[in-house]
Amino acid sequence: MENVDAMKLDGAKKEPKVNYLTNGFSLKSWLLTKDHKRIAIMYLISVSVFFLMGGLYAAAIRLELLTPASDLMESGTYNKVFTQHGVLMVFFYLIPAIPAILGNFLLPLMIGAKDLAFPRINLLSLYLYWIGGILTLYALMQGGVDTGWTFYTPYSTTFSNSFVMAVGLGIFINGFSSILTGLNFIVSTHTMRAPGMTWFRLPLFVWAHYATSLVMILGTPVVAITILLLAIERVTQVGVFDPAIGGDPILFQHLFWFYSHPAVYIMILPAMGVISELISSFSRKKIFGYEFIAFSSIAIAVFGFLVWGHHMFVSGQSIYAGLVFSFLTMVVAVPSAIKVFNWTATLYKGSISYETPMLYAFGFLGLFLIGGLTGLFLGSVGLTVHLTDTYFIVAHFHYVMVGGTVMGYLGGLHFWWSKMTGRHYSEFWGKISAMLIFIGFNLTFFPQFILGYQGMPRRYAAYPEELQVLNIFSTAGASVLGVGLTMPVVYLVHSLIWGEKAEDNPWMLSGLEWRTSSPPPTFNFDETPIVTWEAYEFGEESGLDIDEARREAEVSPAA
Amino acid sequence: MSEHGDTHIGLPGYFGVFAILVVGTIITYYVALFDLEWIFPGANTLVALLIAFTKMTFVVLYFMHVRWSSKLVWLSAVSGFFWLAIMFAYTMQDYLTRSIIGR
Ligand SMILES: [Cu+2]
Repeated sequence: MENVDAMKLDGAKKEPKVNYLTNGFSLKSWLLTKDHKRIAIMYLISVSVFFLMGGLYAAAIRLELLTPASDLMESGTYNKVFTQHGVLMVFFYLIPAIPAILGNFLLPLMIGAKDLAFPRINLLSLYLYWIGGILTLYALMQGGVDTGWTFYTPYSTTFSNSFVMAVGLGIFINGFSSILTGLNFIVSTHTMRAPGMTWFRLPLFVWAHYATSLVMILGTPVVAITILLLAIERVTQVGVFDPAIGGDPILFQHLFWFYSHPAVYIMILPAMGVISELISSFSRKKIFGYEFIAFSSIAIAVFGFLVWGHHMFVSGQSIYAGLVFSFLTMVVAVPSAIKVFNWTATLYKGSISYETPMLYAFGFLGLFLIGGLTGLFLGSVGLTVHLTDTYFIVAHFHYVMVGGTVMGYLGGLHFWWSKMTGRHYSEFWGKISAMLIFIGFNLTFFPQFILGYQGMPRRYAAYPEELQVLNIFSTAGASVLGVGLTMPVVYLVHSLIWGEKAEDNPWMLSGLEWRTSSPPPTFNFDETPIVTWEAYEFGEESGLDIDEARREAEVSPAA
Repeated sequence: MSEHGDTHIGLPGYFGVFAILVVGTIITYYVALFDLEWIFPGANTLVALLIAFTKMTFVVLYFMHVRWSSKLVWLSAVSGFFWLAIMFAYTMQDYLTRSIIGR
């Protein structure tokens, strides 16, 4: 059977083969590369830098909220700090993290292709990300923005004296980076699949990225045009959003959330794709309800576009529209729930092991469940009046974004680390940091549900003294979370030099990305693979004798 | 797919489409000078949108070559407009019902 040799454990010990990392060492060979894997690595480095900066702003926020008075910084500064935390995290970390890093690296490998359909456009999207990012950073250093990451009008168009235009332009440019990535993924999935790789043999990671790409292509242009309209109003005084000159501020919210609610699914769908891979791999069981998980991704992408009004329940939208949006919000919870049930059913009677990536997958399940269910609280028109603009919302979306996207991202990064770098990280430190992140995260954000329910509003530097205890919990949790998130940086970088050399297929899986060397050669496969097995096959049908390989691995642990 | 690479309707054709776009722009301007609100509220906007939609159809069909493209490209183009329609419809669902219930 073809490809069986990829399982040979001495694969790593053969004379070093030229791989994508050793194929050229000059700066030019990186900056002008068309290799999706190199582009993914450059994304990994840049996105991590933005994540670090967003994290520093988060630290500043939690420090300020340690005490009830606004003593660390004045209110104006605080406004800028939380805005910049939001802008950096949403547009420069959460949206690109999984698609641009893991998706870019893995999608061609998983479908058995040499590269994405448009390698040059892929490189262009990285450059757009850099240009948008540098412009935004420049604006932040000049004084930053204080509008909140949502740029609500008329404050952003008429009153704010901060660098709205520059940051808006940065986000506008960055938007095209994400459109191009989505375009590339869709075309690649349609046209580049290896022989035998039918749609229903695709890993669910690919389905999730296909759905994400649909949202990127259909939604991002809208937010780009909205920011453009905002700029036009700011510069030329054409009345679009400002009621004083004939505009309508609610229109901005409609247009903004038409993109920004689906953007939540740009962030969470790829994480769901990662979790599907992790749960199946570490239960060593075919995923339960493959078709349901695949189509629920598409359903989320489609229905995600119909619920944006739940961000506008108390902002002057008509009550009728509020009712419709509330109902649809409940509907969109269904496909997410389908996924959670299917993952749980996959675990049932599986042979579960608790490696680091699986710890993240479990973390995801619990945290996303809480994040999702509290979303239903906020989606009900009555209760939301009490909860709007409180810390309850802050806690809710951090449970979805950090508990969902960050968990999925870190789980995936650990899972595929050996494939990406050819090295093993320290499993011991991996587990410690995964648990620290889980504990620190809950300690940070669970108190915020209570704070919000008790009425603590978001976006204020000061709060009543009665709320201090829970805020101290939250800040203490943030420190634990900070330590937990710093640890991977250390042990992952450490593994690059001192880590054990990785086998081609360390987890003994049947997916195509495990049937090439670690790290893969520049064109991914020495010969085009032919797929004869179904996705998540653990038996002989996959063409890999996994039991035999396992026994061998026990006799002679791979170097 | 088969006749890919040539210019389909040739330069005169493209200039023809361009002329249609210019004429459309002039009509948009001219119509905006009249108050059509007596027909029904929002009639001016509707007329402007209709002209814009016609112009856009020409751009998509000829300049963007969709007319000669595969069924999949047609599907993508049509779903793009379907999405635009969703955005308009659900936004209008707010504006048009404000006076009916509450506020
Ligand atoms: Cu939403």
